[in-house]
Amino acid sequence: MDFFRPKTLSEALTLKSTHPLALCINGGTDVMVELNFDRKRPEVLLDLSAIDELSQWSHEGENINLGAGVSYSRIQAELAEFLPGLAMASRTVGSLQIRNRGGVGGNLGSASPAGDAHPSLLSTGATVNVASVQGKRSIDIHEFFIGPKKSALKPDEIITSIVIPKARGGQQYSKIGTRNAMVIAVCSFGLAIDATANTVGTGIGSAGPTPLRAPEAEAFAASKLDWAHGAAISAEVLKEFGALVAAAARPIDDIRGTAAYRRHTLGVISARSLKWAWKTTNELRSM
Amino acid sequence: MRLTCNVNGKTEVLDDIWPGESLLYVLRERMGLPGAKNACEQGECGSCSVHVDGVLVCACLVAAGQVEGAIIKTVEGLAGATELHPVQQAYLDAGAVQCGFCTPGLIVATVDLLDKNADPTDNEIREALAGNLCRCTGYAKILDAVRLAAARAESTSKA
Repeated sequence: MDFFRPKTLSEALTLKSTHPLALCINGGTDVMVELNFDRKRPEVLLDLSAIDELSQWSHEGENINLGAGVSYSRIQAELAEFLPGLAMASRTVGSLQIRNRGGVGGNLGSASPAGDAHPSLLSTGATVNVASVQGKRSIDIHEFFIGPKKSALKPDEIITSIVIPKARGGQQYSKIGTRNAMVIAVCSFGLAIDATANTVGTGIGSAGPTPLRAPEAEAFAASKLDWAHGAAISAEVLKEFGALVAAAARPIDDIRGTAAYRRHTLGVISARSLKWAWKTTNELRSM
Repeated sequence: MRLTCNVNGKTEVLDDIWPGESLLYVLRERMGLPGAKNACEQGECGSCSVHVDGVLVCACLVAAGQVEGAIIKTVEGLAGATELHPVQQAYLDAGAVQCGFCTPGLIVATVDLLDKNADPTDNEIREALAGNLCRCTGYAKILDAVRLAAARAESTSKA
């Protein structure tokens, strides 16, 4: 096995073009498990962790440009003000040791339906920036996940950054599991209210072949929220929103939970998320 | 490949390293440092916790090739020539060691916590140590040990 540790992105792109089967590693929290258990023996391991620009984030107008290798610990500590939903999701990832190494680029690269960052990225309408020697392109997060652990990333491409709109309203992330730490989501839900565009974004995790959104629930909530005055949401609306989210999921029975349980909990956590995020939205409005 | 890194203050040059092997394997099998324990090999248990460039990590999830030039500190690097590290002493005094397998990882994680937060609340301790499992389930005494280490550090700094 060859091991490359480029210091610049252009070096990395050249290597990925020469070795399209190279497995990229950054935090290693997914890849090393595969190697330790002999599940993968790539001919080439391409270590991206020495590339400075991948571990930086910056303001880009109304958005945050988040380097693919910025750790969850740093997202939690540095970006909670601008990306509250993603910061909440980051806080639920593994343990401190895992959050210190893992980042959103690797989460996207693995493209697991259970990835903790995905519901938040879907709900905020993020964009994934990828690059190859051919050039750069941007992929809408809603077109990124194409199957179980399959993404729109091409073999010669590397995920460089994720562009995420700064919060313009309340955001939430909820995750169901057996304990607070070290949990692969039984199911999860992300929600982002945009009080400027008067829209609601959703993301469902671990309840379908890919992370999913719930478009009908989004449209329903946007039509029912009292955008002008911020009136409390009625119990009927919350219940209907939860039912629409549950209906958008495509869960299966597996070792972590049953399809029925996933649908039920999604209905509960999505309704709570909407209620809480609306409260935050109103608090922001009155500030 | 050849790997050069600094472990517990000493520069190490190791040859014939397979770059995909874990830092944990390098420490235990190549360097004879058995303090970081090998249990789950998937980041679940925290028994291999070490510091790499000052960051708390599971050594099993770091590839050997990724620590080229890095500064690594393991549990073996904590004690002085004659005295235990205060956190190690606190674990002993609080009776927080049963079978002892999880202890090195927990001590490294506790040192990491108290470096950042000298007076953690119980919830902060629980969150900081959530990635370290004790199969003897001796968590009550482990929490006692962390509180003891924090209290002693505070009284030392006041004195």
